Amino acid sequence: MVGPGPSGMAPLENANPLIYRRSGERPVTAREEDDELPDSIDDREIFDISPPAFLNPAHLIRSINDPEHPLTLEELNVVEQVRVKVNDAESTVAVEFTPTIPHCSMATLIGLSIKVKLIRSLPDRFKLDVHITPGTHVSEHAVNKQLADKERVAAALENSHLLEVVNQCLSARS
Amino acid sequence: GVKDGSWTVLQLVEALGSCLENTDPWMRGRGIQLLSQVLLQCYSLLQETEVLHLVLFYENRLQDHHLVIPSVLQGLRALSMCEVLSPGLAVSVLKAIFQEVHVQSLLQLDRYTVYTIITNFMGTREEELKGLGADFTFGFIQVMDGEKDPRNLLVAFQIVRDIITKKYALGPFVEELFEVTSCYFPIDFTPPPSDPHGIQREDLILSLRAILASTPQFAEFLVPLLIEKMDSDLQSAKIDSLQTLTACCAVYGQKELQEFLPSLWSSLRREVFQTASEKVEAECLAALHALCACLSRSVLSPDTEDLLDSFLNNILQDCRHHLCEPDMKLVWPSAKLLQAAAGASLRAYHRITLVVLPLLLEQYTKHLQSSQRRTILEMLLGFLELQQKWGHMEEDESTLLLLQASVCSVVFAALTDPSVQLQLVGIRALTVLGSLQGFLSPSNLELVVDHLIRLALCEEDSQSSEAAMEAAGSLAPLYPKVFSGRMVPRLEDELQSEREESSHDHCSLQQRCLRALAAVSTHTSIVMETVPVLLQHLRKVQKGSEVGNAQDMVCVCQSLHRVALQCQKDEECCWYYHQTVVPCLLAMALQAAMPESTNPLMGKALLEEKVLAAMVPVISAATTHLSPELAAESVSHVVSLFLDGEVSFLPQNSFPCSFQPFEDGECLESQRRLVALLMAFVCSLPHNVAIPQQDRLLRELLALSCSCSCPFTTTTAAKCFAGLVNKHLAGQQLDEILQLAMNRIEPSLAEGSCRTQALTLLLWVTKALVLRYHPLGSHLTDKLLGLLGDTELGPATADGFSLLMVESPDVLHKGCHADVRIMFRQRFFTDNVPKLVQGFHGAGPDVKANYLKGLSHVLNHVPKPVLVTELPKLLSLLLEALSCLDHVVQLSTLNCLQPLLLEAPQIMSLHVDTLVTKFLSLTSSPTMAVRIAALRCVHALTSLPTTVLLPYKARVIRALAKPLDDKKRLVRKEAVAARGEWFLLGSPGR
Repeated sequence: MVGPGPSGMAPLENANPLIYRRSGERPVTAREEDDELPDSIDDREIFDISPPAFLNPAHLIRSINDPEHPLTLEELNVVEQVRVKVNDAESTVAVEFTPTIPHCSMATLIGLSIKVKLIRSLPDRFKLDVHITPGTHVSEHAVNKQLADKERVAAALENSHLLEVVNQCLSARS
Repeated sequence: GVKDGSWTVLQLVEALGSCLENTDPWMRGRGIQLLSQVLLQCYSLLQETEVLHLVLFYENRLQDHHLVIPSVLQGLRALSMCEVLSPGLAVSVLKAIFQEVHVQSLLQLDRYTVYTIITNFMGTREEELKGLGADFTFGFIQVMDGEKDPRNLLVAFQIVRDIITKKYALGPFVEELFEVTSCYFPIDFTPPPSDPHGIQREDLILSLRAILASTPQFAEFLVPLLIEKMDSDLQSAKIDSLQTLTACCAVYGQKELQEFLPSLWSSLRREVFQTASEKVEAECLAALHALCACLSRSVLSPDTEDLLDSFLNNILQDCRHHLCEPDMKLVWPSAKLLQAAAGASLRAYHRITLVVLPLLLEQYTKHLQSSQRRTILEMLLGFLELQQKWGHMEEDESTLLLLQASVCSVVFAALTDPSVQLQLVGIRALTVLGSLQGFLSPSNLELVVDHLIRLALCEEDSQSSEAAMEAAGSLAPLYPKVFSGRMVPRLEDELQSEREESSHDHCSLQQRCLRALAAVSTHTSIVMETVPVLLQHLRKVQKGSEVGNAQDMVCVCQSLHRVALQCQKDEECCWYYHQTVVPCLLAMALQAAMPESTNPLMGKALLEEKVLAAMVPVISAATTHLSPELAAESVSHVVSLFLDGEVSFLPQNSFPCSFQPFEDGECLESQRRLVALLMAFVCSLPHNVAIPQQDRLLRELLALSCSCSCPFTTTTAAKCFAGLVNKHLAGQQLDEILQLAMNRIEPSLAEGSCRTQALTLLLWVTKALVLRYHPLGSHLTDKLLGLLGDTELGPATADGFSLLMVESPDVLHKGCHADVRIMFRQRFFTDNVPKLVQGFHGAGPDVKANYLKGLSHVLNHVPKPVLVTELPKLLSLLLEALSCLDHVVQLSTLNCLQPLLLEAPQIMSLHVDTLVTKFLSLTSSPTMAVRIAALRCVHALTSLPTTVLLPYKARVIRALAKPLDDKKRLVRKEAVAARGEWFLLGSPGR
């Protein structure tokens, strides 16, 4: 029942990632507590989008876990607020993500996780576009193409192994 | 028989003779078992010779058949507890056990017996056992070698610990002893579910750590093991190793650590630079801190070199270049390592800051982006805060003093930077610098104050302005002269300046001045400067005739309130404040309330409800902390003012007309409103202050609360009455006054135009009595319960239940010395909830909602743990309440159900169908709070068993699509969380 127990794990591909500070919970303003007023966007990055734009996907996807690291994507700077673009009036969301290293083998999976999270968290009316920040990955186009292909995404989620990994990424950190 | 002395043990042994010598080992075992059982019951009665013979017998039996051994051990355990054991026997028993018994081949219980025998002997025969020398240690090592059961391990660990701490001879067996214990490190044990022994992993970890870290003798074996385990892939192993290392540092010295320092450092560094877990990082830093502290503490012999220096040099060498990298990749981990080391001792601090501070200052000027500068300044701040920990700076040594000019210039530069984040860090740094005695020169100090004034008044961002005021508040007591001489006059000027553009800007500047004045009033001498300024300003606003000046007065009152709170700690200050502010406010209010004031417009704003309401906390806060003698002096003035119109103690006491708030008359309407100020004063007095003419006062208040037509006045009078009743000494006088009150309330409640007033009075009196557990309280509560069925007053009564449960801000709370029993809410809950439920079932359809509402108010304010045990009984009622249209009821029901879903999922899953339907329909309620609560409940539903939920999954996910597009962000946030969790239900990888 008791005793020393070593366990073997494959070494991580990118064992020493650069870690960024988390931006913390967004504080709740008095206005947001007012029942009457709709919340318009106050993110500086998407400041110029016409009201009543109100969605902040950066907030939604901040807490997705990277399959390779037990850190959130935000801490690894995979997703940054500046790389998230919303147009509420036209119902479009575009997210660029930056793999931790240019040959990161998990890029597709990270993209898929982001996409699935957005599908689950945004109203149907939105058109989603998830892609890699230009010039940050060796096989950028191939990955982007896969992520843009609706049928492929749907098929990927039929695969129970893949779905398991994605769900693990999406479940709250314990 | 042996117990009561009719049999001796000898006789027993003789009687058992045939049995004990039987050739069948099983029979022998039975015989010895019986004997041992007897001994266990009466070991304290044995004679010395009996013990001697028994011991010899048992020792001999140890060589016997293995079936017999367990009983033999039981017998020895009994004997080990004998006080009359003659010297030498303990040693011989142990020797026999060590020699004859192979302990690890026994069952768990028997091994446990062996450990108990050893523990007993160690407790009573310490000296004898020490006589055995290292043989004892060696014997024990053999006994425990290979032990696997956690129950036994806990005892064995305790024995080892005693061996070490009580200084038994270890001899040549140090390594063996280490081996036999360290093989369990790191502990990897998960208690089986429903474990009856209740041994936690933590228990084992701690007791093992206590052994490993108990002696420096283990160092040469332990430290390499710890280093190895730090490299483990298991996070728990890492953390355990680090914590053990930290514990070791408490007993180790430089000698033990010397050869391992380089590898320890490289392991710690690697972990901090690479780790993903905050926990590991924190433990690494703690270990480094402990290491440095240990090295700093060690006494050096003349010929050894100081390892601290070389160790710190290593750290500096590995970290400093990270501080200079232009991409700032590893600055934070490096800074944290350096700070952990520097925090260990003053010597380490000097050594590190000598190198690091100039470096950081240089880096600050090199980097131009404010986000980078902010990072650097935050690191600098970390080091400054460490200096604070060492307290006084020694002139000649401190690096900080040498760098004073450049540190100041960097911090001042940060204060003028446009980036708010950088400003905030700058302000924090300023606070720390200010708290270092003797660091800031007088000229710098003036500069600091100027900066704070500028930031507090002119900075656009309210965060910075707020932070600057806080900083001023915390520095002011340290440098009262500078602040009262420089900051207060500036603020006064700003307040008095009549600018042409009396626009929005001017208004907010004035408000900031007021807030800054309040914030900086943290020292008596400053309070004496700021209070007159604030009062002066209040008078000025009162004389003005602008429309917005009610709001301005409220602002002044808020500032005065803050000052009052800051004064409470200091008695002298408190008295000054009370003496200055209370008469002044009363005088101004009186002036305004005079019917034929010269200017009919002037000053009426002062009587507006919100201004009076803002004055209440000022007077209350100025009164609560008065000493009894001073309060008694003051109370006689105030009471005679209100009862007899005695105005002589007020500063401007020439009023055109007499003050008679309790007299009848149309024109006295405005005077009556000032009862609010009376309430603020008398209800805040300490318990032991007697109120003169209390009886008369109570009668007047009672009359006022029932008669007057103005709701503000009646409510205030009722509150004041309740506040006094709550503190009134029990006895005949109190009973009389309560009887009087009831005589007034009952007829007016029954019919007439004053029903609402009577209800208000009833509610407040009930509250006053319920709080102090007065017997009449429950009678009054029943009356309220009856009123719930009243079609006219029912809804108001239901809302009144919230008044009973909530802490009211101005009277009847702990802060104003009210008599509040701690469990009154729970008591109210258990007394009245059954009645409410009963009332609900018996009520007509039009008033049912009143009962539900009353119930929800009560439920809302009772602590959740109490609720969870009681709620299942109320469950059917709660489910019905979900369909109630009143959103207060909905909200409180949802709030009750949410913890229940998490804690009693089994009961709740019986109602899953109703719950899902009701929750989902409430997600589209017009009230935001209800939508949020409903979504939280939908989220909490996921803690029910998955099989129960799966049939609803598709429906819930579809229904939650709508709140994802809600107009409120907070609702969307809950919807996202709930929907995400429902998606994961029953799918792989959850």
